[in-house]
Amino acid sequence: MLPKFMQTMASPLVKAKTSRRQFLLGAAATGTGLAIGFQLLGSQKAQAAGFPAPPLVQPFAAYVTIDADGKVTVLSSQFEMGQGSYNGLATLVAEELGADFSKIEVLGAASNVKLYGNLAFGGAFQGTGGSTSMASSWDRYRMAGAAARQMLVAAAAKDWGVKAEEIKVEKGVLSHASGKTGHFGQFAAKASALPVPEKVALKDAKDWTLIGNPNLKRFDSARKANGTERYTIDVKLPGMLTAVMIHPPFFGATLKSFDGAAAKAVKGVVDVVATPRGVAIVAQHMWAAIKGREAVTVVWDESKAEKRGSDELLASYRETAGKAPAAIARNDGDTTKAFAGADKVLEATYEFPYLAHAALEPLNAVAHMNADGVLEVWGGHQFPDVYHGTAAAIAGIPPEKVKLHVMKSGGSFGRRAVFDADVIVEAVAVAKAIGFKAPVKVQWTREDDMKGGRYRAAFVHKVKAGLDKDGKLIAWDDHIVGQSIMKGTIFEQGMVKAGVDATSVEGANNLPYEIPNQKIGLTTTDVGVPVLWWRSVGSTHTAYVAEVFLDELAEAAGKDPIAFRLSMLKPDDRHAVVLKLAADKAGWDKPLAAGRFRGVAVAESFGTVVAQIAEVSVDGSGGIKVERVVAAVDCGLTINPDQVRAQVEGGIGFGLGAIMDEAITLTAGAVDQTNYDAYHPLRIDAMPKVEVHILPSTNPPSGIGEPGVPPIGPAVANAVFKATGKRIRMLPFSKTMNA
Amino acid sequence: MKVTINGTDHMVDAEADMPLLWVIRDLVGLTGTKFGCGLAQCGACTIHLDGEPVRSCQTFVGDVEGKSITTIEGINGKVASTVQTVWADLDVPQCGYCQSGQVMAATALLTANKKPTDADIDAAMSGNLCRCATYHRIRAGVHEAAKRLEA
Repeated sequence: MLPKFMQTMASPLVKAKTSRRQFLLGAAATGTGLAIGFQLLGSQKAQAAGFPAPPLVQPFAAYVTIDADGKVTVLSSQFEMGQGSYNGLATLVAEELGADFSKIEVLGAASNVKLYGNLAFGGAFQGTGGSTSMASSWDRYRMAGAAARQMLVAAAAKDWGVKAEEIKVEKGVLSHASGKTGHFGQFAAKASALPVPEKVALKDAKDWTLIGNPNLKRFDSARKANGTERYTIDVKLPGMLTAVMIHPPFFGATLKSFDGAAAKAVKGVVDVVATPRGVAIVAQHMWAAIKGREAVTVVWDESKAEKRGSDELLASYRETAGKAPAAIARNDGDTTKAFAGADKVLEATYEFPYLAHAALEPLNAVAHMNADGVLEVWGGHQFPDVYHGTAAAIAGIPPEKVKLHVMKSGGSFGRRAVFDADVIVEAVAVAKAIGFKAPVKVQWTREDDMKGGRYRAAFVHKVKAGLDKDGKLIAWDDHIVGQSIMKGTIFEQGMVKAGVDATSVEGANNLPYEIPNQKIGLTTTDVGVPVLWWRSVGSTHTAYVAEVFLDELAEAAGKDPIAFRLSMLKPDDRHAVVLKLAADKAGWDKPLAAGRFRGVAVAESFGTVVAQIAEVSVDGSGGIKVERVVAAVDCGLTINPDQVRAQVEGGIGFGLGAIMDEAITLTAGAVDQTNYDAYHPLRIDAMPKVEVHILPSTNPPSGIGEPGVPPIGPAVANAVFKATGKRIRMLPFSKTMNA
Repeated sequence: MKVTINGTDHMVDAEADMPLLWVIRDLVGLTGTKFGCGLAQCGACTIHLDGEPVRSCQTFVGDVEGKSITTIEGINGKVASTVQTVWADLDVPQCGYCQSGQVMAATALLTANKKPTDADIDAAMSGNLCRCATYHRIRAGVHEAAKRLEA
């Protein structure tokens, strides 16, 4: 997902050029040189002050609709992939509007960057990532709710001939002491015709009944428990065909020729067509398409294919890590001098594999040219501006002839936020190839999804640290080697500075600890395996290295791991506060039951600081079980406390699965894992008991979708060291434990 | 070919090797049962076949004639409705994509075992992947449903 760097992504470009800029979007994918308006933030003042303030706009139709029956529907700028953004936005609107939360609905909105641009990214781009949904929406959606309420009240006041301030609003009902009463639906049409108030008054925190309410339930849980929630895979249109893809066997290979004749003889297969991303088998239904696929022969041009294996890549990374870095991300003090004068110097090398997002709903999209010549595209539109422009370009129609339908997705973890619009390209290209004669759903199989690239990049870190004779950490050097997410994308110019991709070093170049001499180096590698943000992005590896190596240093210094960290933090530093909270709740000072071992880690990501203390046990055959995790969280003001807990619980399970046993490996360029039999996300039998403690805060809300992930790996690794004496520096754990 | 789903007979134009999953989703049009892996590795497609939880992606339409198929749309009774109510009360789902399968598996478990332990839950539910890792609440949900069913 998009990390917090995007909060600042606009400003360097604005500084470089004061006029509006246009980016080429989707050009690399389509070869069309499509340019869609991508207006960057114009005001440096607004940037300096934080996020740009949302303009006051007519709330109806933009952010909230109310039908004649009083049904309130929030139109969400933020994509819903499970993290609860729809619920969060609904909470903000309902709080200010005075709506009945139990009857609220939320729909995804897109294709109007002025209304839906992510304010945490400067407002110039609609996208969901970097755990920014609440930060972006906090003012915008509360203001929309408040403006809508004021307009409803004004309409009722006029109708009833009473003063607006005498009207009460509660759970979707307006009432006056005179006995007059009416629901929202009765005034919605009149209200939306009124002028937008010049000023809106937001509620005082003490009057909130929904924001911060620990008992508020998600509006969408029941439908997910009874199978009625709808995802892209469930889109059904009259006459719709289903297509499966044949992608190149290697990254970088391209289509030379294919023979679909035998496939067309398979019952239910309608056509076999070429797309810019491979061959598509179009059929009456999924099974016919899958059967047809087996009968297609394809010849690929492999002249530009990436044919290296992951072992070979990691070996070359290790070698590179031992040399001077190509770029410097941070350089404080004088590390050379500090190491020379250190009492103890420790060195270690850490290795991280490629990781797949492996969301349960394999990628998919539906494209349909309707009778009005409008191309409708259903999908998990996490980057809608990119997908909108790309769809128009492929279809060869103007952008105003494209309509996106934002579906909820069965997970994403970053995977549906792609610059090349992969599956959207495929759906539109297939629909076009069959002459737009029918709606087409492109549905990837699990194998397509797992072999499809866009992985968390593999990384090697070579770290070195020096302690003085008192055990004080005086020098720190981290050389990071791996691929860049931003290189070659529309954000490269703004996001890669002096050879440093901010997403490669986040979590490493902003350590909270007072270390007088530190150097963070980066060497970006050139590899043909496509990479992407994966829930918590850079911190998936940087926090692991920092927090495991710190533990090693604490051990070498003969200090308690928490005391060692606190000695390098100011007492009121947010890291210190959550560390102490976690230690208190976990009973850090109390002895553990026999056979239990404890480890700690703390990490900041996306403006949120999370400390975790993991308790592990080891069975007779050396098997590690994480029994309990205590988490302490500072995510600013908490909008939905129970959802904060849910995201941290899930983040712990997601992160734990990865460090225990997830890896994508390649043999001579081909991906080895094709399904969940070989790629192993966490299952219920490995899920620890989790306690989440939220620090009360009045700071603006920061992220929560991702920040639960980074600390779990190092916390568990540090506990495993206590249990086994083994430092896990090669991930996943299964690789180290079996080595 | 005739299939009986949620008590209704459907005539479908399918060859015997067609996975029940695609019959249910694409031919009959019930979309609550989800496709996750096609290899019986994730449990998103879990249905009940004569009351037993099975993976519909690896169950073939040619093998189910005369058998009773229940999907998330057709599941009913005290155990199922309690599980579904608890799932909402505890806000178990996140993305929700796997939850049809989780509910089918949990219902089968609680039907066979009225008071499952954590170990029983792990054993019965470990075939159902949840990439959002809602396992903490799934476990709590099964215990809570057992408690409510006992009352």
